Amino acid sequence: MDSHKLTALVVDDDRMVRIIHGKMLNSVGVKNQVVQNGKEAINVHLSGQTFDLILMDLDMPIMNGIEAIKELRSMGICSTIAGVSARSMESHIQEFMEAGLDEYLEKPLNISKLTSFIHKFYVTN
Amino acid sequence: MDVVTQMQRQLIQYTSSLFQEGFLDDQFNQLQQLQDESNPEFVVEVVTLFFEDAERLLNELSKSLQVEQESIDFRKVDAQVHQLKGSSSSIGAQRVQRVCIAFRNFCEQQNVEGCLKSLQEIKQEYSLVKTKLETLFKMEKQLFAARGSISR
Repeated sequence: MDSHKLTALVVDDDRMVRIIHGKMLNSVGVKNQVVQNGKEAINVHLSGQTFDLILMDLDMPIMNGIEAIKELRSMGICSTIAGVSARSMESHIQEFMEAGLDEYLEKPLNISKLTSFIHKFYVTN
Repeated sequence: MDVVTQMQRQLIQYTSSLFQEGFLDDQFNQLQQLQDESNPEFVVEVVTLFFEDAERLLNELSKSLQVEQESIDFRKVDAQVHQLKGSSSSIGAQRVQRVCIAFRNFCEQQNVEGCLKSLQEIKQEYSLVKTKLETLFKMEKQLFAARGSISR
């Protein structure tokens, strides 16, 4: 699948990160939306929208990344979910993976990490 | 050498020095790569957000550490430093980010002196990088204007 046909949801409470990650996704042709926390991410899905990719921050107010991922998986959402966090401690990565995410990406993201992630799950032919 | 070429050279040298002196790291390059004709002010906009976030957080940190030593809420201080670390790493403000890492270690140890020292250091590093970036943007603007006045 060509990255130009993919859609993504950016979930992060930091507005700088939302802007930068949104712009990075735009630059590789991935249409995207941004929300501020896990609860908004759930609401967007409840409204009927789905996305090929979700970039989910770990630490957010109201509903954090782990709770949001568990909820999305229990709703039957099969999107490719990457947990994005500044933390690199082993135990947190494990918690994340056990919650149902497909990949862990360390902040700050750059174009090369993003394209590697996309190519891993969506191979361009 | 004409004025524009001279200005271009100065801009390149100045930008290089910021990387060499560790004020900026590759994340800043990432932001520059994202800037294009559809969003020609992208870097300035994002860096401006960083200035706003940093100033707010530095104020909050000062307040959090101004209380009686026994009443310092280290978890709150740590959360504030974590945010500042995130913002600074997003734009590649490497020296600010490094002091944030040391600061968080002091929070974990509940080391008041270390925290106060780190706060002072962050304020200094922030002030330095802010001045450097403002100078960089000014040089870019002047170069743009000089190019523009030649093409008329």
